[in-house]
Amino acid sequence: MKIRVIASNTFKEAIRDRILYLLLFFAAVCIAFSRLLALLTVGDRVKIIKDVGLGSLSLFGALMAILMGTGLVYKEIDKKTVYTILSKPIHRYQFLLGKYLGLILTLFIMLLLMSFIFLALVFFHSFTIEWKLLIAVVYIFIEICLITAVALLFSCFSTPILSSIFSLSFYLIGHTSWGLENSINKMNSGIGKILIQILYTFLPDLENFNFKTEVVHNLPIPSEIFLYSFIYGTFYSVFLLALAMLVFRKKDFT
Amino acid sequence: MNAVLKISDLHKSFKSGFIPRKKEILRGISLDVGEGEIFGYLGPNGAGKTTTLKCILGLIFPDKGNIEIFGLPHLSLEAKEQIGYLPENPYFYDYLTASEFLHFCCQLTLIAKKERKKKIEALLRLVGLESSTHLQLRKFSRGMLQRIGLAQALIHEPSLVFLDEPLGGLDPLGRKEIRDIIVRLKEEGKTVFLCSHILQDIEMICDRVAIIVNGEISSQGKLKDLIAEEILFTEIVLSGVDDQKLRRLGDAVFAHGEKILLKVYQEEKIDQVLRLVQSEKGTIHSLIPRTETLEDLFVDMVKKG
Repeated sequence: MKIRVIASNTFKEAIRDRILYLLLFFAAVCIAFSRLLALLTVGDRVKIIKDVGLGSLSLFGALMAILMGTGLVYKEIDKKTVYTILSKPIHRYQFLLGKYLGLILTLFIMLLLMSFIFLALVFFHSFTIEWKLLIAVVYIFIEICLITAVALLFSCFSTPILSSIFSLSFYLIGHTSWGLENSINKMNSGIGKILIQILYTFLPDLENFNFKTEVVHNLPIPSEIFLYSFIYGTFYSVFLLALAMLVFRKKDFT
Repeated sequence: MNAVLKISDLHKSFKSGFIPRKKEILRGISLDVGEGEIFGYLGPNGAGKTTTLKCILGLIFPDKGNIEIFGLPHLSLEAKEQIGYLPENPYFYDYLTASEFLHFCCQLTLIAKKERKKKIEALLRLVGLESSTHLQLRKFSRGMLQRIGLAQALIHEPSLVFLDEPLGGLDPLGRKEIRDIIVRLKEEGKTVFLCSHILQDIEMICDRVAIIVNGEISSQGKLKDLIAEEILFTEIVLSGVDDQKLRRLGDAVFAHGEKILLKVYQEEKIDQVLRLVQSEKGTIHSLIPRTETLEDLFVDMVKKG
């Protein structure tokens, strides 16, 4: 109940925040831009629209998660609104979870709106509603949930600017760490391989949620990959949230 | 005395600076607040008043010591259900209207849906904000924020209310209104823990006070026990008398125009002053015996500290 109250208030805060609409506008422009790119391309124009459109959804979703997530708790501490809330009969973890779920709800609705624009654009070119594209969107959403958890964790102990830099680094590392997996396969066994293996285990691999190529090019995806990515995303997010709660539980609000 | 708040041996320190150095803010605070009283918590800036409050409310964690609210550990939800808190310089979610904010507080304190509207209307009326029900908090003045802060602290009818500088930012009329509300809370059997710099208000409404200086309680008790009742000096405002003659009887301080303010420390000299005024055909405008005030005690404690 109390988590729901905090979540709905966080949602209300985000909806009344103008930055969100600015981001949504840019996302819509980027999706529409894919139409222009398609006109300039030789070959399958619809594929270009799908590719750029999904790319925009993923990038803007992540940007929204980082920009809003990093200010989520910091703003409450900075403006001292947290004093009033935490003096009420509420556990700290309920407050943090409420903030997280409120932002996730906001991002879900934003993604839904962007997906609607995207599907409509694809429909005007192919005259079919390509529901398969939504598979990629669902995994973009799982990735956004994870990035929000990262941003929330940093927001518990750092300023929004630093948290944004950390979260953005996490996002970039997450999308390039798959290169380490390739290196591991190509390396001979030895201490170097073990070190890279350890590094790869701890670094996030956000490419696990990237199904854009498969859905755009109609490639088959084994069902166990879906399941693995879902479990990976869920566990990673829960782990980060637990870490954030641990940091927040003993925090002094000076 | 049935203690609703019991603090024993509270210590808190913070680390600050590039090379962290420990700074002790609270050095063994112990105090009891009795049921149904207005308890004044005084101290100069940086003495540790707000730090004590934050420890009680679970916003910071003490290094050492124990806090009990109604015999319960202060961090338990059961204890928190019985307390209300108005922070110093309150700032709330400014995108909400006054009514939305109080609704939000009602939901957090689990007030039944059907009771909310009535409660909110009554509280907005009590704090004098009934005409600003649908105004966003970002458009509120400091005094109005103070009032809405008091409303949110009282929304769930707590038995113990913590008010941190509740009279700051208010005009004289507003101060009187809030003071009246505090007194009414006491009449309803609630306990009020009041942190304030405005000593006259504390003196006017508090039953007991504690003075904190440098993180230690330097004085604690009932106001009448702390403040000496004997007359310290008598202030006489007079005119039409040669001030050179008056200086032999007390400290003559020139006041406005012809009037002279004379401080007389010995009782027997008051008669001499009166006789002098009579013989010189002067006028006595006022004669006020001054006992020790809370301010005198406060200044004394801070100087000693």
